[in-house]
Amino acid sequence: MTYFSDVFALARKDLLLELRSRDTLPAMLLFVVSTLVVFHFALPTDASDTAETGLLWVALLFTALLGLVRAFVAEREERVLDGLVLAPCDRSAIWLGKVIGVLAFLVAAELVALPAYGLFFQPVGWELVAAVALANIGLAAVGTLLAAMASAGRARELLLPLLFLPLVIPIVVGGVGASVTDDPGRYLAFLGLYDAVFAILSWASFEYVVTE
Amino acid sequence: MIVARGLGRDFGAKHVLRGLDLDVPRGGFLLVTGPNGSGKSTLLSLCAGLLAPTAGELAVAVDRGDIGYLAHEPLLYRELTALENLDLYGRLYRVPERRERAGMLLERFGLWDARRERVGSLSRGMTQRLALCRALLHEPDLLLLDEPHASLDADASSLVDALLSELRGVKTVLVATHDPIRVGDLATQALALA
Repeated sequence: MTYFSDVFALARKDLLLELRSRDTLPAMLLFVVSTLVVFHFALPTDASDTAETGLLWVALLFTALLGLVRAFVAEREERVLDGLVLAPCDRSAIWLGKVIGVLAFLVAAELVALPAYGLFFQPVGWELVAAVALANIGLAAVGTLLAAMASAGRARELLLPLLFLPLVIPIVVGGVGASVTDDPGRYLAFLGLYDAVFAILSWASFEYVVTE
Repeated sequence: MIVARGLGRDFGAKHVLRGLDLDVPRGGFLLVTGPNGSGKSTLLSLCAGLLAPTAGELAVAVDRGDIGYLAHEPLLYRELTALENLDLYGRLYRVPERRERAGMLLERFGLWDARRERVGSLSRGMTQRLALCRALLHEPDLLLLDEPHASLDADASSLVDALLSELRGVKTVLVATHDPIRVGDLATQALALA
């Protein structure tokens, strides 16, 4: 129970920091909505449903990236991460707390993005909602680990996309597949498998990422 | 408590520490002096386990949760209040009755009235005092203090002097400082880095 109380305290701290600084979520909301507006005007009127769905996933991916770039800013400032790493709590709790925070920001951005997508492009079906929900877990799990890695480097804004984008290609494949096929179950299962594998790997390897 | 043999740490091609031998017994008080870039902060980071040696061996006979570490940076969230920061650390460091302990430290370091102010709005001196509160919160066995008097006014510096006097012989203390006269009388051993 202590583990989850640590996770809860760390996640709560992240939400409190965002509530006060408003550094990340407004930027994510503005980005995802403006991207969908641009795509709306950039796509020809006879564009296929598949193309529209693909663009939604591109918008969601880069919105997640925008949030992840800022995920460890508060810890990097004043070297707070050193203080957390020195604490006797399980270091994976730091990762899980951060994942919950990132997940909350993603869900908030999508609560705006999906209705906007429905307004500009096509109605949002349950398959798309389920795919986005599953994709969020993978994006947050992998992205948080890589954001922690990148935060230690000098070229972090460059390093994070270079590490993150290749690793989340399966999420795009699964997400688009689940949204456009008649049999979304296979793709949703694939997303679930990706989440399970990468969440376990990220959880187990975080300790080695934040220590030398 | 701390034993180092041939300890070295490089940052790329730069040798910050080389061939350092050190024995600090439990309850010892080590004064670390030296010019900027001589490796004082690096030595403290190595002892804290935040850096790994690139040469030699270092053994610190204490769990990481029993280390109190005061760095150049306060290791505090700027957007959280003084009390919220200490509460978070108290929880993660498993401090029993953490709110009472935090309150006692804030009172002692003259920060009680500023307890609900965000760290980002505190002066450098107040932030340094709060960082000391954070380092002492869990009553660590080993204290690693990197320039504890930095940014402090005369009154706050006296508070730190009194604290160090209290800790002498009770806890193991490593103090890196540019002002050896201030804590020189307390030290049981000294290390001058070149």
